[in-house]
Amino acid sequence: MKIQILGTGCAKCIKLTENAEKAAKEAGVEFEIEKVKDINKIMDFGVMMTPGLAIDGEVKSVGKLLSVEEIKKFLTK
Amino acid sequence: MKDRYKFLILVGAFIAAYFIPFENIKIQKAILEAFYMIQDYAQKHVLLCLVPAFFIAGAISVFVSQAAVMKYLGPAANKLLSYSVASVSGTILAVCSCTVLPLFAGIYRMGAGVGPATAFLYSGPAINVLAIVLSAKVLGWQIGLSRAIGAVAFAYIIGLLMAITFRDEERKNKAMAIPAIDEPKRRLYQDVMYMASMIGVLVFANWGKPMEASGIWYAIYTSKWYITGLFGIIFAYTIWRWFEAKPLPIIVTGIAVIITALFSHRWPLIPFSVAIAGMIWITKVSSDETKNWIDATWTYTLMIAPLLLGGVLVAGFLLGMPGTDNGIIPSRWVSTLVGGNGFFANFFASVVGAFMYFATLTEVPIVQGLLGSGMGQGPALALLLAGPALSLPSMLVIQTILGTKKTIVFIIYVVLLSTFAGMLFGWITG
Repeated sequence: MKIQILGTGCAKCIKLTENAEKAAKEAGVEFEIEKVKDINKIMDFGVMMTPGLAIDGEVKSVGKLLSVEEIKKFLTK
Repeated sequence: MKDRYKFLILVGAFIAAYFIPFENIKIQKAILEAFYMIQDYAQKHVLLCLVPAFFIAGAISVFVSQAAVMKYLGPAANKLLSYSVASVSGTILAVCSCTVLPLFAGIYRMGAGVGPATAFLYSGPAINVLAIVLSAKVLGWQIGLSRAIGAVAFAYIIGLLMAITFRDEERKNKAMAIPAIDEPKRRLYQDVMYMASMIGVLVFANWGKPMEASGIWYAIYTSKWYITGLFGIIFAYTIWRWFEAKPLPIIVTGIAVIITALFSHRWPLIPFSVAIAGMIWITKVSSDETKNWIDATWTYTLMIAPLLLGGVLVAGFLLGMPGTDNGIIPSRWVSTLVGGNGFFANFFASVVGAFMYFATLTEVPIVQGLLGSGMGQGPALALLLAGPALSLPSMLVIQTILGTKKTIVFIIYVVLLSTFAGMLFGWITG
């Protein structure tokens, strides 16, 4: 499973990365995390409100700092 | 940060420590001046002005729905409406420049196009709540108000100019991922009352003493703490009623504030500090919403306070306290370059402002220092209008999004308009 965090490096993006890592570990899935920091690449996802979260290339949430529980729901679906 | 940069910083600090002539009387004075400046900010601006402003900024970022605003900036939005929303939305969408750039890129590439995008890019950093509040408090309400009005008007004009200049260009349309708009939990008037009561506290707690000891302004000044307290009570009511704040901590805080106010009515800062401490407690133990709010407030504080501290120190060291000539840079340099209200002074201030990087809010102490060293009112406004919107690093990012030609045109528009606005303001106030 590929988890991508879309954000230019703001405080919320860092926090989201931490939460995603924790959620993936607790859910027990195989995962790799990629931080997408290039603004043009973020745009290619169609995301303009950071931080965004994409799983396997599909945008799941934008402009929101998700909690560990919320991310888990996306991972186990 | 890469190790290479850390190493370079360390080497830089070492070289500075090795060579700075601390025995020189000018250096000593300038260092002392930096600390005077810090003290001045600590005494006058932190508790009553910055702390409540951080709470308001946090509240805006948590409770105002970005998604609701973004729908006015999408590809199908009404043009007139999208310009208007872009020009004012900086106040509610952006507190720091790190959120401005992705939104800007999104509006440009997927949304309403180059006009509203540049309008937003310009207004975003310039009219955020914190910047306007601190400018008005430190530099006087005339500059604060002109900055707010100027930023909105400019955003409109610059956006339109860009759209006209580049009217033929094509862009690829891509679907914008707009988050679902949550069902509003409260009615609009409830949110408005909550925000308005906080702004009321901020405005009246900072009410300055007018020159004459009579009239309506003076009457407000003498009773400002009662008015502030009244807004505080309305605020407590709104968070209890509509934000699920627990009643017990609110009552305890209220009683503590009243007691401290009775025993220390000559030191209003004491009950005010008690009220802030109570606020943190209330928000920490109540609902998820209030927890999110205090977290956002804390994030902004952490992000901005150290930068502002550094900015104040640097401004004090370089320019000295207003009215003195103790800074490292002699006052006459400043007054020769940007004194008065000529075309050159305004133009120079605009160009410097456009290229120099100001971390969030640091433009305020720097302009304060410059004003104290003889900068004219006009150039000060020009610097504030051109400054936060642009900097060399942000130009580079903008260039990757807009391309070189549009970026250069944008910079030219910003510099020319700021120069013009500076001259106009200097002429009105002078």
